[in-house]
Amino acid sequence: MIGVLARLAQDTGDGILVPAEPIQAGVTQIATPEIQWVALLPHLILVVGGILLLTIASLFRHRVPRWAYTIYTVAVAAGAIIAALPLWVRVQDAERGPFSAIAGALGVDGFSIFITVIICAGVILTALLADGYLKREGIDGPELFVLLLLAASGGTIMASANDLIVLFLGLEILSISVYVMAAMHARRFTSLEAGMKYFILGAFSSAFFLYGIALVYGASGSTNMIRINQYLASPTGVVLSENGLLLGGFALLLVGFGFKVAAVPFHAWAPDVYQGAPTPVTAFMASAVKAGGFAAMLRVFVLTFGTFSGDWQPVVFALAVLSLLVGSVLAIVQTNVKRMLAYSSIAHAGFILVGVEVATEQGTAAALFYLAAYTFMVVGSFAVITVVGRKGDGHHELSDYRGLARRQPVLAFVFTILLLAQAGVPFTAGFFAKFYVISAAVDAENYSLAIIAMVSAVIAAFLYLRIMISMYMSTDSEAVTGEPDRVPVPLAAGIALFVACVVTVVIGFVPGPITDLANDAVPFLVQVG
Amino acid sequence: MEELVWLIPTLPLAGFLLLVAFGRRMGEPAAGWLASAMMAGSFAATVVVFAGLFNEPESHRIFTQSLFTWIAVDGFEVSVGLLADPLSITMALFVTGVGALIHLYSIGYMHGDKDFSKFFIYMNLFAFSMLVLVLADNLLLTFVGWEGVGTCSYLLISFWFTDEQNAVAGKKAFVTNRLGDVGFMLGTFVLWTTIGSINYLDIDAAVSAELIAGVTATAIALLFFIAATGKSAQIPLFVWLPDAMAGPTPVSALIHAATMVAAGVFLLVRMSPVLHEAAWANDVIAWVGVITAFVAATIAVAQNDIKKVLAFSTISQLGYMFLAIGTGAYAAAMFHMVTHAFFKALLFLGAGSVIHGMDDRQDMRVMGGLSKFMPLTTITFLVGWLAIAGVPPFSGFWSKDEILASAWAFDSGGAALWVIGLVTALITAFYMSRQVIMVFYGRPHWRDETARTPAPASLSAAAENPGGDGEAELDVDGLARLPADYQPHESPWQMTVPLVFLSLLAVVGGVLNLPFLEELALLENWLEPVTLPHEAGSGAELWALASAATAIALIGIGSATVIYQRRRVSRELVERRLFSKGWYVDIFYSWFTGHPGRRFFDAIRWFDEKVIDGAANGVAGLVRRSGTALRSLQTGYVRNYALGVAFGTVLLLVYFITRIQV
Repeated sequence: MIGVLARLAQDTGDGILVPAEPIQAGVTQIATPEIQWVALLPHLILVVGGILLLTIASLFRHRVPRWAYTIYTVAVAAGAIIAALPLWVRVQDAERGPFSAIAGALGVDGFSIFITVIICAGVILTALLADGYLKREGIDGPELFVLLLLAASGGTIMASANDLIVLFLGLEILSISVYVMAAMHARRFTSLEAGMKYFILGAFSSAFFLYGIALVYGASGSTNMIRINQYLASPTGVVLSENGLLLGGFALLLVGFGFKVAAVPFHAWAPDVYQGAPTPVTAFMASAVKAGGFAAMLRVFVLTFGTFSGDWQPVVFALAVLSLLVGSVLAIVQTNVKRMLAYSSIAHAGFILVGVEVATEQGTAAALFYLAAYTFMVVGSFAVITVVGRKGDGHHELSDYRGLARRQPVLAFVFTILLLAQAGVPFTAGFFAKFYVISAAVDAENYSLAIIAMVSAVIAAFLYLRIMISMYMSTDSEAVTGEPDRVPVPLAAGIALFVACVVTVVIGFVPGPITDLANDAVPFLVQVG
Repeated sequence: MEELVWLIPTLPLAGFLLLVAFGRRMGEPAAGWLASAMMAGSFAATVVVFAGLFNEPESHRIFTQSLFTWIAVDGFEVSVGLLADPLSITMALFVTGVGALIHLYSIGYMHGDKDFSKFFIYMNLFAFSMLVLVLADNLLLTFVGWEGVGTCSYLLISFWFTDEQNAVAGKKAFVTNRLGDVGFMLGTFVLWTTIGSINYLDIDAAVSAELIAGVTATAIALLFFIAATGKSAQIPLFVWLPDAMAGPTPVSALIHAATMVAAGVFLLVRMSPVLHEAAWANDVIAWVGVITAFVAATIAVAQNDIKKVLAFSTISQLGYMFLAIGTGAYAAAMFHMVTHAFFKALLFLGAGSVIHGMDDRQDMRVMGGLSKFMPLTTITFLVGWLAIAGVPPFSGFWSKDEILASAWAFDSGGAALWVIGLVTALITAFYMSRQVIMVFYGRPHWRDETARTPAPASLSAAAENPGGDGEAELDVDGLARLPADYQPHESPWQMTVPLVFLSLLAVVGGVLNLPFLEELALLENWLEPVTLPHEAGSGAELWALASAATAIALIGIGSATVIYQRRRVSRELVERRLFSKGWYVDIFYSWFTGHPGRRFFDAIRWFDEKVIDGAANGVAGLVRRSGTALRSLQTGYVRNYALGVAFGTVLLLVYFITRIQV
């Protein structure tokens, strides 16, 4: 093993840095690239919004009511979405099209904007959810909201990065924020444990990821995806006499991505962390963090390494199959609902990996549609879990859901819709999400993957039905022993639930608009200048 | 102005949603008025679209409006789009027009029902589904409407579901319709694989470009005809419609007489370019149609339930429409559909008014002499009677005459079709006269001592003997008895106003398509861009056929008078047991599914339980065991997880190293 790595390392000798801008001799000033501020605007709004919140809140610590943080966070995320809209119009304009900004470090295309909007939607829903949660658990301070905005900026940077180093920066901004968020409920031991586990394992996988970047740099001579892509597409790249470095880079980058999106066998952290973290944070991890991870994965593998798809596709195939099967099989033997959904999110990652594996534009569009639909379903589901978790965030056993339909029929009905959507029942967003991914696999003549995905969907359906049955099961015995009270649904969480539910159903009836958007959101690598 | 076409289905949908949200709070009668207002608005929108379309030159009378892409998969795209052309707008006009009148009528009819607002929720949902069916620009969207009206039909037949018979009738309608739906789906699949589109305009274009082979066209036509036999209650799937009378009478009028049951006819007219290429499928359609018309008419002769007579009559009249389609006279089919919607809705609403006035009695044997008590209902019912009997100049005469003329001109076996059609016309005039006499004239039988002791056979008794049993002894049911001094009453204005409107339409409906001059065939000229022109005989021939039809109608009325008014001939002579038992079709179906079919179904059940469920249970057990095994890997220790990540990394690296090209 070490010998192999040493051999790989020797090959780095040829790799030379190609500067982005020619440096003029005799000029002492460092050449700074031109900065297209408008392209940065969505990211800037999130970052500056987060820092500003921290500043204001520390200056006026006890004079700001908690709901103001929520409204502020929602407004900032909505502002980022609004700032992204003119960019969308611009990149869809046939004459102007997608472009690269800051000397090719960031790409502004339909893809990055689509993911930015998904992440911001995840932030809005999570913030609404966190409002009532923090109040119930007696946690003060704006930290969660600050971290939420910073994490989102990391995710959006990952989605837009045209350079592996920038991508890594985004990944770390996202990850470190989420490590802290997972440990946010400092009085709960499990929350601290979750934060700690996530941090250690995350750092471990980041190291692999960084090493992967180094190997790719060694093989191609650049960390810029535009240049890497050009190099690999050029005749010298195709007949790369020794492609060991590059392939080693693929392996380690896949480990990093696999960890981030919780694909089997890099998933082991996910159930523990999802279960231990405060439930709104879990919702954010399952939606926005996944969206960021998949966005970067699609950008790096499907787009940049597209010419080498024959090499990495079998690995992604294996990751997809394992995630689909292990995720759904393990989900059904759990008795803790939060943990069940953690495993089911692994299975969902398997579905999105199917879209990655086919490595076509259709597959990318299907994965994007899946991410968009999944964000609303999963945040909605975790919203119900947040509410039912009661004070202390600990009532997550299947038995806690027994008789919910009788005590709170509306809440149970909403949860039923969201679970049916996750199961992929027609007339919900989840059906079309699974349908598009599978049809992308079928069109790529990857029948075995399509069949495994369908089998996994059937297995997972049992899990969702199991939760539904326990909600609607009669509780005659409990009527005698005295059954639990109704759980209060805070207004903000109610709004989040309503939005998630309505979007899920509307997309289920009218998927067309989202499909059109996803089809327009093709990633591009555009030459600088 | 055609741009407003989206409003036509949207208004009933809005009514539906508003009533779902606020219906219970609005209560009676506000919920009914809201629903009726939405229908009236929808009718107004249809009129505007019609006017817009009418002002276009003939070749431009096609307007499509794509609302949004519904499903888009590589190579298969379905948009939710509306198609406004003469055919769909004609259909939409009478669906919304008759629908609005029936909504208004229902406010009076459903007065005091505890589920008043729920009734109007279903009615608006039905109207929405029907309009989607009619206005859709592709087969899949039509199918959505097709299933939607089926669902509403089911919900409304079993509206009073606490009576088990009603629930059973609803289920019967649903299951029977599903058999037909299979044809719809298969037909759509075949079209899709043949021409790669399910859009109507593409289908027309494909036919013009001769992309569909004759054999394929025949298969498609037959499959869609199977769908039509379900929805439009033709042989062999007609058995559900008589039982469907268990629903409230406005439902029978709107869904099971005027609109939904005509959907099958509409579908075939929509597919008429394909039908035109389908060789012998047309003969099948014509013969099934005419035989259904004849059989159903004979059954109607021996029914005693006021609504069942009308139900079999509807089946019979729909048979005429299929006869017209089979012989290529699409405009005549549409013409008869429109006039039938007018006079059959009128008759049903009149029957509802009678039932209302008779305190929910439906057996005609306890009625009689009602003309003195319910003058307005009687006059309007008489108009409907003359129209369906085919007496000139009432609307039914013109449309039926056209169908018979087209049957006469049909090149294969036309004379036989014409004779059966003519005999059916005679029977039609006969059973309708019988009904009018039994209900409105003669002695008021509910005052008879003999009739009073045994009270009317309820609908539930009839449902136990599917197809109706005219010779069954009247049930002795104390609850159903009317007091000797009972005074039937005329219905409230919400019920009589629609009757008056519909009777006016039933009188003048014929002017839509007069045969004398080509310029007077308004409907045919209007529909010409959609349906193919059809020639049916010369002037003198038409006059002879029309005279024969008129004479036959008069003979039918006359013989009914002889038997039921003057009582010169025993009624047993015509009310044969074969007829009252509905030609034993229902009994045969029950026997078949109970006996020889049973073994087959049991075999399927065995297969399902042992093989399919067995496989599923086996997989489930495997999944559970492997899940439990895998679970032990989840120890909770970070070091184990890190080891897992490292292990995975090694696997990936090993794989990639094997791919290194040296």
